[in-house]
Amino acid sequence: MRHIISVLLENEAGALSRVAGLFSARGYNIESLTVAPTEDESLSRMTLVTTGSDEVIEQITKQLNKLIEVVKVVDLSDGDHIERELMLVKVRAVGKDREEMKRMADIFRGRIIGVTDKDYTIELTGTGSKLDAFLGAIDRSAIVETVRTGASGIGRGDRILKI
Amino acid sequence: MDRVKTEQLTGAEIVVRCLQEEGVECVFGYPGGAVLYIYDALFKQDKVRHVLVRHEQGAAHAADGYSRASQKVGVCLVTSGPGVTNAVTGIATAYMDSIPMVVITGQVPTPAIGLDAFQEVDTVGITRPCVKHNFLVKNVRDLAGTIRKAFYLASTGRPGPVLVDIPKDVTTHVCEFHYPETVTMRSYNPTRKGHAGQIRKAVQLLAQAQRPMVYTGGGVVLSDSAPALTEWVRLLGLPCTNTLMGLGGYPGTDPQFLGMPGMHGTYQANMAMQHCDVLFAIGARFDDRVIGNPAHFAQNPRRIVHIDIDPSSISKRVKVDVPIVGNIPDVLEEMLRLFRGGETRPAAAALQAWWEQIEQWRAKDCLKYDRASQIIKPQFVIEKLYEVTGGGAIVTSDVGQHQMWAAQFYKFDLPRRWINSGGLGTMGFGLPAAMGARLANPQATVACVTGESSIQMCLQELSTCKQYRLPIKIVNLNNRYMGMVRQWQEFFHGNRYSESYMDALPDFVKLAESYGHIGMRIERPEDVEGALKEALARKKDLVFMDFITDQTENVFPMVPGGKGLSEMILV
Repeated sequence: MRHIISVLLENEAGALSRVAGLFSARGYNIESLTVAPTEDESLSRMTLVTTGSDEVIEQITKQLNKLIEVVKVVDLSDGDHIERELMLVKVRAVGKDREEMKRMADIFRGRIIGVTDKDYTIELTGTGSKLDAFLGAIDRSAIVETVRTGASGIGRGDRILKI
Repeated sequence: MDRVKTEQLTGAEIVVRCLQEEGVECVFGYPGGAVLYIYDALFKQDKVRHVLVRHEQGAAHAADGYSRASQKVGVCLVTSGPGVTNAVTGIATAYMDSIPMVVITGQVPTPAIGLDAFQEVDTVGITRPCVKHNFLVKNVRDLAGTIRKAFYLASTGRPGPVLVDIPKDVTTHVCEFHYPETVTMRSYNPTRKGHAGQIRKAVQLLAQAQRPMVYTGGGVVLSDSAPALTEWVRLLGLPCTNTLMGLGGYPGTDPQFLGMPGMHGTYQANMAMQHCDVLFAIGARFDDRVIGNPAHFAQNPRRIVHIDIDPSSISKRVKVDVPIVGNIPDVLEEMLRLFRGGETRPAAAALQAWWEQIEQWRAKDCLKYDRASQIIKPQFVIEKLYEVTGGGAIVTSDVGQHQMWAAQFYKFDLPRRWINSGGLGTMGFGLPAAMGARLANPQATVACVTGESSIQMCLQELSTCKQYRLPIKIVNLNNRYMGMVRQWQEFFHGNRYSESYMDALPDFVKLAESYGHIGMRIERPEDVEGALKEALARKKDLVFMDFITDQTENVFPMVPGGKGLSEMILV
């Protein structure tokens, strides 16, 4: 049901809005979408997380391919792949909570990248569920602010998306 | 030193030169602030003819009709802001029916973009969902290459409208003109040749068929596959149906033609679609008006082969067994080659039994109507139009009952003779589309079958017809109702004719005359043929024939919305 789709597209103004417009116009779900230029500046790589039946996913990949600026589309969930998401979370860290937060960040292999006398900003990468687990593990009332990038994905080994 | 003579041109001159390079003979448009330099460049040349419409919607429809009637790319040119928004209906119409069109739009100068300037609208944003692709050209050096790409994209793969938005300052900037001969785009490479293995599978499936059926759509017309289709269908003796968009793809007078399928399709076509065991869908897309309820359609098991250039049309509404992505003529030629080379054909006995069944369905005579009526029946007018024109006219239509009757009763033997808005269903399409069709075929008889409601939606184009002496024969089936709305209200809304009565109609005869055309009002069945003959004899005049028709007539057969193909309401 959940699919992670990688798209290689021309790095041109408006390309992102064509993808976003396609999803809203055709009523497809979109859980997250991340995009940035690749090592080849003329190309952007997008990772889309969506849900749908096999028929819907087939239509999504076909419709994405139909966009003129899209160069290649791969459904990463068809095979072995790695996915990671980055989260920055600002937590209240005063009194005895300060030590506890440090310990939790360590357990989840997070890094504290911002410190004030009242809070920590923790950087955490992993799958979406690992990030969810971290948020579940700490005291909810301690969370000041979170920001997540959405998943980025890449095929394992020989599964390469390149032109 | 580079000794090649280079030309320095302004953006506006580049636009016009590009049109010349593409062999564009006719541009439909309407000037305005943002395109003044382009109009100035048009003024200074005489290769590209400009046709001045009376509303930008008319420009888009006329370019569309021009393309449908000629296989060329239609071109329209409008100004920024309201020029664009007025054209959007026409662009969306072309998009839904996959018509190759290039739309050039003016935009406010680049420094003003995003500042809510006078006549500014986000053209690229507003048109994104109804174009195959669109461009905003911010640098004059990109202009020629972008226009080249626009024509390439519009006319290849699954065709469609492509829009090029040009800010006013770009039309004044100067650069060296170079028109690229070829286009290469790493992100756009439509498949042409069908997969050989899939074609073989399809052919083998057909060999085992007991009840084969061929169902073709607009793709056959757009790809000019009618000759190959006709040869293949005849070679194998298959029954064939053409959708509303596909009429003329197979000869309408041929005994193997079952009429149109769908909501107002013939009994025999719909029953054959429902009960066949192998269905060849070619350049068609199983849309809701063609197969009705997909769950009901799936109740009868059948194997489906689908040939289309657009992979996203395959298995979209109906699951397909053998998908073949490719250019239809290429795929048909390959299948023809296999059958000519001795490939097994469907068993003759089974095919004969199937034809006997089809003939029983056909014997229902589902298009019958009261021919003795003292009030003019709309079907009768179309039948007479067919007779009087010898089946050779280009017929455009608007949207509604008259459109269905024209599709049912005018037998199109050739493609590009039937021009209508099948996908979007745009009232107001018929008259401007007829202008485009006539300009593309200056010798052709062009009839616009319309109704008193539709014709009023682009009525202003009567003026354009006068200016360019376009002798279109307007067949107005005037029943004083939005007929199709009235029909649905009669069937499904307890005869409550909410806002579907067309009150306060103009006197169409005087109206036509005020534009300098000929008007006729025809009220008796015995006058129909004479009026049509007289109108056709007036070769140089636009004749507006206002036929006062039966208000209560309905289009049959009818598959009600949400029902299956075999659940037709018959007359």
